[in-house]
Amino acid sequence: MSRILIRGGRVLDPASGRDEVADVLIEGGVVVQVAPGLDVPGAEIVNAKGAWVVPGFVDLHSHLREPGQEYKEDIASGGRSAVAGGFTTVACMANTHPVNDDPAMTDFILDRGRQDSPARVLPVAAATRGLAGEAMTEMSALRDAGAVAFSDDGATIMDSGVMRRVLEYSRMVDLPVIVHCEDRTLVADGVVNEGPISTRLGLPGNPAIAETVHIERDLMLAEFTGARLHVAHVSTAGGVACIRRARERGVQVTAEVTPHHLTLTDEAALGFDTNTKVAPPLRGAADVRACRQGLVDGTIDAIATDHAPHAMHEKDLEFTLAPPGMIGFETAAAVVLDLVRQGEISPLELIRRLSTNPARILGLAAGTLAVGAPADVVVLDPEHRWTYDPLKGYSKSRNSPWAGKEMIGRVLTTIVGGELVYGYEQGVLAP
Amino acid sequence: MIGRDLLGIEDLERSDIERILQTAVHMGEIGAREVKKVPTLRGRTIVNLFFEPSTRTQTSFEIAGKRLSADVVNFSAVSSSLKKSESILDTARTLDAMDPDVVVVRHAVAGVPKRIADVLEAPVINAGDGAHEHPTQALLDLFTVQQEKGHIDGLTVTIVGDILHSRVARSNIYGFLKMGAEVRIAAPPPMIPPDVEVLGVKAFTSLREALEGADVVMALRIQNERLAGSYFPSIREYSATFGLDRSKLRYANEGAIVMHPGPVNRGVELSHDLADHRPSVILDQVRNGVSIRMAVLYLISGRPRKGGAS
Repeated sequence: MSRILIRGGRVLDPASGRDEVADVLIEGGVVVQVAPGLDVPGAEIVNAKGAWVVPGFVDLHSHLREPGQEYKEDIASGGRSAVAGGFTTVACMANTHPVNDDPAMTDFILDRGRQDSPARVLPVAAATRGLAGEAMTEMSALRDAGAVAFSDDGATIMDSGVMRRVLEYSRMVDLPVIVHCEDRTLVADGVVNEGPISTRLGLPGNPAIAETVHIERDLMLAEFTGARLHVAHVSTAGGVACIRRARERGVQVTAEVTPHHLTLTDEAALGFDTNTKVAPPLRGAADVRACRQGLVDGTIDAIATDHAPHAMHEKDLEFTLAPPGMIGFETAAAVVLDLVRQGEISPLELIRRLSTNPARILGLAAGTLAVGAPADVVVLDPEHRWTYDPLKGYSKSRNSPWAGKEMIGRVLTTIVGGELVYGYEQGVLAP
Repeated sequence: MIGRDLLGIEDLERSDIERILQTAVHMGEIGAREVKKVPTLRGRTIVNLFFEPSTRTQTSFEIAGKRLSADVVNFSAVSSSLKKSESILDTARTLDAMDPDVVVVRHAVAGVPKRIADVLEAPVINAGDGAHEHPTQALLDLFTVQQEKGHIDGLTVTIVGDILHSRVARSNIYGFLKMGAEVRIAAPPPMIPPDVEVLGVKAFTSLREALEGADVVMALRIQNERLAGSYFPSIREYSATFGLDRSKLRYANEGAIVMHPGPVNRGVELSHDLADHRPSVILDQVRNGVSIRMAVLYLISGRPRKGGAS
């Protein structure tokens, strides 16, 4: 195990509230010391002067596509892309082929993650078999195999009776159920946010109410069953308001929002670029404001990428036929730093939502720079300007609305379990 | 000046529209001659790339191109080997490699002509994309109203029917507003696009109110099979509430004309008798369509291909 000294950076550790310039010493895979002016002979030095030193980001929501759709992404490429974006732990959704609804599949993903991925890969298992929304999965066995949560994600469970039983049963295994809240009957054939933009584009609209109605249903079911609910990628002002009210009355709910729903509006779709097609869709400016406010005031706990790779030839189809989703690992930090630049959130609180809070939701020993904690550490230059070119990234896919855009803020170094896995100059180093 | 492509009326200035309408007057004169052909576009190749069948529009473009002596090739992507999974952009690039001078694109999904224009060297004319735009239809409608009324400024135009799914409605809304008319829409609420006021129109759910003071009434086609039951209860109820006949037309201004982009569902949007006789001008619209498409082809095919290729 190597010995690494990260020197002279602004240490932001939300778990302890620390925000000061200090050195961080890593040895034996764990954080050994955090203090100013450390001098450790023989340690590998990482110069972090002018940069932030933060606990590695934890992504609650990604699609790594393995097994079954390795032409879009696999656990190796997704893991490399993750650490290049500062994500040291990524939870991956169950909509692989075959679906991760069986302990053997969970085991396979974990195994691949350990072998191929520089980031820690944690499988989210399906809540129902085959994501069919009918029969619940073997949650105990899946938990024992290593699943960290249950979700049918985009295959939203429409049957309220099934959802009730899933939530009830999940209490026994004590893992969160992650929900993609869009009432499919209200979404209908909608592909962009319903409103002025769908009207101008002449594309079928997906109304905000499709999300709000479904969030409210799941909140009520969570309240009724006492289960732990995690609402994925909130995108609407109505959804944020529902979650805020539910928290006030004591419902066990957590929530995430994506970088794209925090910073882009439906106007991004005006040129019919299918890389702006995502589920739920990019919304109007008022929704974006509400999501930002919800993230700032704590209604929304975490930032999650919903990294969703798709091949070029799939995105080159008609807007209605192209699959929804965008890649997000390598742009997330730069994109959400906008909230710091706009003065809406402090650096420490932003890092809490990228790292500490998502780790807490999954009950992980991550999201902290405490002495003795596993050394998942990221050095981030919040001012570094660069132009994003997906071709130069690590994902197999290129479907990003930020392609060619100037970004501010960049991950310089990523350390997982005390090992240097990514450096801005060197690229991904391991495995 | 109109741009290299014609993708929508939303992108045009009033002066562009006026230029096209003026040019169409001359083109109409050619169509009225015994020998309906001029050599203007001789040696030019126009490709009709139709991903959605439309005999009327395709024929209109074909006749327009041939009257200008262009070589017109119809590429019906519907009947070719095109499958859902084949990239439309690949098809377009393949076609572009054969160096056409203009590509006319029709597709059932909004935005396809724009995406194709983004990758093609040849200029693109949108011949209708989903519920987005159908610019040549709006231009021929403007041309027809100008012929009938002598002007467009200050007129009140009421568009009746399935606005939500209509590219004709969107293009006409932009076109008539830019030319100084007031535009109203009338439909059952599910067929009124959300936040439609952003387009600059006033929406009505009462046909009578929408018609009061109207100089031009445009009925849109109802896609019977698909919509009945979900967007309105039945054809019978639609026809009773929004179908135009002579008695309802009395609410409009005296001398109001009736338009329809065709094909008409007789007895649904328009009564039989109204479809065939004045004040409806449906066949004039069709005739003017050729003149407008000649004008657009003429104005656009003079352009160099992107990248200097020709």
